[in-house]
Amino acid sequence: MEIKVLGPGCAKCRKTEEIVKEAVADAGSAATVEKVTDVMKIAGYGVFGTPAVVIDGDVKSVGKVPTKDMVKSWIES
Amino acid sequence: MKERSKFLLILSVFAAAYYVPWGHPVIRRSSLEAFFMLQEYAREHVLTCLIPAFFIAGAISVFVSQGAVLKYFGAQAHKFLSYSVASVSGTILAVCSCTVLPLFAGIYTRGAGIGPATAFLYSGPAINVLAISLTAKILGWQLGLARAVGAVFFAVVTGLLMALIFRKDDSARTTGQIHVPDTDEKQRTLFQDTLYILTMVLILVFAAFAKPASGSAGPWAVIFAAKWYITIALLIILGFMLKAWFSKDECKSWVESSWGFMKQIFPLLAGGVLVAGFMLGRPGHPALIPEQWIQSLLGGNSLWANLMASVAGALMYFATLTEVPILQGLLGAGMGKGPALALLLAGPALSLPNMLVIGSVMGVRKTATFCGLIVIMSTIAGMTYGALFG
Repeated sequence: MEIKVLGPGCAKCRKTEEIVKEAVADAGSAATVEKVTDVMKIAGYGVFGTPAVVIDGDVKSVGKVPTKDMVKSWIES
Repeated sequence: MKERSKFLLILSVFAAAYYVPWGHPVIRRSSLEAFFMLQEYAREHVLTCLIPAFFIAGAISVFVSQGAVLKYFGAQAHKFLSYSVASVSGTILAVCSCTVLPLFAGIYTRGAGIGPATAFLYSGPAINVLAISLTAKILGWQLGLARAVGAVFFAVVTGLLMALIFRKDDSARTTGQIHVPDTDEKQRTLFQDTLYILTMVLILVFAAFAKPASGSAGPWAVIFAAKWYITIALLIILGFMLKAWFSKDECKSWVESSWGFMKQIFPLLAGGVLVAGFMLGRPGHPALIPEQWIQSLLGGNSLWANLMASVAGALMYFATLTEVPILQGLLGAGMGKGPALALLLAGPALSLPNMLVIGSVMGVRKTATFCGLIVIMSTIAGMTYGALFG
């Protein structure tokens, strides 16, 4: 599983990355977490608003910091 | 932060401590000015202006649905609506400048195209609640109003001109699905939300109400005398609204988001005030940079002074809100009012680092056109404002 956190590096985006990493560790998943900071790449996903979370090419959340439980449910499903 | 930049930072602090002639009268005077200016902000502006503005910004970012606004930037959206929404959406979407660039790239590549995208890019950082209220409070309401009106007008004109100049290659962009931020379910009516934000705006207006000229009578003096009673009454009303309409979680996320803005902006602003105080001093008090320099470069309302101010504003990077203390220092040292507006209009939207990112999104030619348009229009606006009010 491949998780991408999209965001240019503001406080909320860092927080999102942190939460996603914690959720991955908690779920015992082997998913990789990657931070995408390049604006053109972010735009390439068609997201209007950051931070955004993309799992295996699927946009899961846009423009807000997700909770850890939300991220866990995405990983497990 | 990389280890190397940490080292360079420590090295430069050490070098400054070692080499700056702190005993020299000019340096002493400037250092003292820096702290006087910081005190002026702490006493006059933080409680009455910044704190309410932070709460308003927090409320907007939590309770106003961004998804609803962003729909107007989709590829299918009506052009007229895209432009109008783009020019005012900075108030709702972009209190944090780091959200502006990805959004701009999204609108440009997937959405409504170059016109609305550049309109948004310009208006985003220029007309957020915090920037306008602090400008009006410190530099006077005329300049605050001119800034707000100028920013909205510029956004539309820049967007239309960009769309006109580059109308041919607007088609060569990818289409695909777009994702706007999710809208949460609403517990309140639009009317309740409006009333709630309006109450806070009124608190800001009355708490920051300026003392009218001494001896003047009439409504302004009456309002000034009663301003704390009005403010307290409004605070009580706000308290009832929160209790009746909002859940505990909503209040919590409101406070969290306001706190987020404070953490992000306060240190930068305090630093900006110290630097502005050290370089320029409070109005009427000289500091490091001689006032004659500023008067000869930026004084009056000549074409040269206005152009100079817009170019400087376009190149310099202003951290959120720091343009205000810097301008206060410049105005106090003899800068004309026209050039001040020119700097305010060209400043926050553009900076060298910003231009590099914009360049990577839409190419050098379009970026240069965009920056050129803004510098020219800011110069014209500065000259007009200077001629009318200077």
